[in-house]
Amino acid sequence: MKIIQKIGLVIFLIGLAIFTVLPLLGTFILNENSLGQIVQEKNIKSAVFIENLKDNIVNKEFSGMQELSPVVAKALKSANETHTENKEYDKKIYTSTSDMASLIGKKSGSGFIVNNKGLMWLLTFGLGIIGALMFITPQVVTLGKKGIKNDHIYHQDSTNRGWIAWLVFIFLVSFYIVLYFASEYAVNWTYLLDPTSEALSGNPAGHWFVYGFMYCVVMVVMAVRMYIKYRHNVYQMVRTTSVLFFQIVFAFLIPEIMVRLQMPYYDFKNAFPLDYDFFFQWNLKSLLDSGGIGLFILVWGIVLTLIVVPVMVYFFGKRWYCSWVCGCGGLAETLGDPYRQHSSKSLFSWKVERWLVHGVLVFAVGMTVLTLISFFTASGTVIGIKTSSIQNLYSLLIGAIFAGVIGTGFYPIFGNRVWCRFGCPLAAYLGFVQRFKSRFRITTNGGQCISCGNCSTYCEMGIDVRAYAQKGENIVRSSCVGCGICSAVCPRGVLKLENGPEEGRINPTEILLGNDVDLMTLVNKKRSS
Amino acid sequence: MEPEHVVIIGNGIAGVTAARHIRKLSDKKITIVSAESDYFFSRTALMYVYMGHMKFEHTQPYENWFWKKNRIELQKGFVERIDVHAKKLYLKDENTIGYDDLIIATGSKPNKFGWPGQDLKGVQGLYHKQDLEQLEKNAPNNKVCTRAVIVGGGLIGIEMAEMLRTRDIPVTFLVREESFWNGVLPSGESQLINEHILNHHIDLRLDTNLEEIIADENGHAKAVKTDKGDVIECSLVGLTAGVTPNIDFLKNSGIDLGKGVKVNRFLETNINNVYAIGDCAEQHEAIGNRRPIEAVWYTGRMMGETLAQTICGNKTAYQPGHWFNSAKFFDIEYQTYGWVFSERNKKETELHFHWRHSAENICITIAYDAETKEFLGINTFGIRMRHEIFDRWLTDKKDIFYVMEFLKDANFDPEFYKNYENDIVEKFNSAFGTQINPKKKSWKRIFASS
Repeated sequence: MKIIQKIGLVIFLIGLAIFTVLPLLGTFILNENSLGQIVQEKNIKSAVFIENLKDNIVNKEFSGMQELSPVVAKALKSANETHTENKEYDKKIYTSTSDMASLIGKKSGSGFIVNNKGLMWLLTFGLGIIGALMFITPQVVTLGKKGIKNDHIYHQDSTNRGWIAWLVFIFLVSFYIVLYFASEYAVNWTYLLDPTSEALSGNPAGHWFVYGFMYCVVMVVMAVRMYIKYRHNVYQMVRTTSVLFFQIVFAFLIPEIMVRLQMPYYDFKNAFPLDYDFFFQWNLKSLLDSGGIGLFILVWGIVLTLIVVPVMVYFFGKRWYCSWVCGCGGLAETLGDPYRQHSSKSLFSWKVERWLVHGVLVFAVGMTVLTLISFFTASGTVIGIKTSSIQNLYSLLIGAIFAGVIGTGFYPIFGNRVWCRFGCPLAAYLGFVQRFKSRFRITTNGGQCISCGNCSTYCEMGIDVRAYAQKGENIVRSSCVGCGICSAVCPRGVLKLENGPEEGRINPTEILLGNDVDLMTLVNKKRSS
Repeated sequence: MEPEHVVIIGNGIAGVTAARHIRKLSDKKITIVSAESDYFFSRTALMYVYMGHMKFEHTQPYENWFWKKNRIELQKGFVERIDVHAKKLYLKDENTIGYDDLIIATGSKPNKFGWPGQDLKGVQGLYHKQDLEQLEKNAPNNKVCTRAVIVGGGLIGIEMAEMLRTRDIPVTFLVREESFWNGVLPSGESQLINEHILNHHIDLRLDTNLEEIIADENGHAKAVKTDKGDVIECSLVGLTAGVTPNIDFLKNSGIDLGKGVKVNRFLETNINNVYAIGDCAEQHEAIGNRRPIEAVWYTGRMMGETLAQTICGNKTAYQPGHWFNSAKFFDIEYQTYGWVFSERNKKETELHFHWRHSAENICITIAYDAETKEFLGINTFGIRMRHEIFDRWLTDKKDIFYVMEFLKDANFDPEFYKNYENDIVEKFNSAFGTQINPKKKSWKRIFASS
């Protein structure tokens, strides 16, 4: 078994290594024809730019995007400078250099990678999947009898912030930076998935498709790990299946198929304000232009946020979304599970968390109000504030850096729910409802808690579960996503996730069960007098 | 005026709970003296540190700033002697501390029964933080520790076996009884645990006593000899045959001692202003079915809560309610509410109903009175039950038929788990010729206060 695992690890690392170096490889030659297509598609009016490309790029061979990208950037920059000088604003190109380089790169790729998409897929994704599964599946045997198996988590460099964890951290952060800020380097990755993308939506793959596909693959593989690790725990099995289903079907397949059917790309489970650009002008316009389906999406999006979310949270707590449906939650619960113990439980973190997450919620709502005012008044500014700059700021700070780079990249160091805990505006909204108007709570079992601390250690949301359990107090914290791991790791059966009557849900106790009732009455009497 | 000074010896659960509750109720000056660790930690979690589930910091329920904020002074030191007349403690480092009220909460130490070789290197118990550190030295892996022999068939012994197995260290487990923990557990359950221990590749030797620990030339344990005549080579000997109160330093202090510090129901010793709580306290008379000394984690907590009331002017007797406890044997969780005695200890009037799952490690035993059919207690293995419900049923003296009918109210397993109440009641019906139909779980009943 150990041998299979070791071979698996090697295969996985080979796949990962090929995937990692891919952005720097490949040959790119842009022909005249393709340039014409780009000019037409992007409606480029700048002759300066076109001439520059013809002189410097067309029919020249570039090896790797690292050679091509700067030339495109330079051409774009100098063209825009010229037009600004000549006040020819209609000729200026507003596409970012990254997007322009990606576009040109995608059209000009040639050579081995482009001609062997299937093989390259096997050498990257294929080896990665096979290797990972060879590493994970033998755990059925190596983990021993079913039951909670957290042995050696704090002895391993991968799960105890050791050098492996730091490498994973660097890899993840770099990956997200490429994805959000240097997408031209993802061009080679997109080739691998062109066949898949074309089969689904009819279009070649873009870097977001790569991300979506990878997301699903990583979740499936890591869900296998979850199934094995928690095979004694039906709650974990069902929950994992649920997040997997919503990711693959709702976040990945349905939107792609909708594109094929000439409908807007839309993830039906993505609720505002996590879906922060739902009310952005371009989205509203595209929905309103899409006829019946667009209108349906518009109504559904509003109903989802205003009615479905609070009603569901009332009955089931925010867990119905955060750990059964949400994609961010899905990745956190599968890829992030090995790192859940790193979320800080200090009082200080709790203070930071409350300010930050509610701050983001206020920011998101404020931005949306501005956006809507702009939309209805058809003006770009509201009380002197440019709506688009607020939107850009939010997209960059929250949408890209917080949700992506930090949210996932920091898994190995700060735990798997950094984003959900500190940044997600929807989690803050769900949390309000959960805290003040919900049937959900984690019940603690009388006096059985021995304060061992397993629950707190493995709480991904940084809740000091033990602090409540040792007082025999139900846990009604707004941040709890109801993952159920505290209950799973408790060696004494103290914790249970419950949707019960609201009455008695909040139960501060002075004296725990076990001491005779007389004492309790005495204490309570003393307190009230 | 200077506030009264309460000094607590021992920073375990009993002492710390007392300190916390005294602080809640008063402005007294509070000092906790301990030589074991700087800050309170949960002793029960030491095993998880060795197994790598947690770091030592995770066993500390309160952050380090907590103590200063709550004005609980922590003093590291080992108390050598007490002068109850001068109201003074003498520490090993020659410091002294005066007190107005003294709480002795020094807990236990592992039993040693005078075995030859019991003080050799490589022989240790598992109770203190220092024991854990010692274990890291004695048994960091299966190269240094090629085999461990654990002596004593109790909860600490099986925990130690589980710990060592996580590092693939071969373990021989010597148990005096003919079945594991059968002084406490009824035979069906004891048998279940025997099987589970063997399943985890532990060389379980029942009905076997330690005779001697044999030393090598360096004074390190190298083998043990059993009363069966076997010699087992090993590099570590774990002594886990129970614990005794840790009170040696109180000899000649004038405080009345038995096995532990003798206390009345108010947790007072024979000396004014000196109290004892937790594992080291010994009741003059047992309370109900309880033993005079209960080395149980939560009774320490309860004594701390109670004594804080007394010290803060609300004189309160220690009145533990219905007995309950829990443990985990490798992967099997165990809970008990009320009294279920083993065959060895039970009275003739106590009868048992036992149900065991045909394949899984799940079983329950319900004890009831032969005459009145009153429900006396329940043991559960692999099923979680709700403490409040059983506490109420015991207070209300429900009979076993009632318990069967409403058993679903008591289930505390996580959502989506398979429930076995129907199977259990079915077996009960066929054994008793009854036709009980288990009632659906009802929130109304669960929350009804009696």
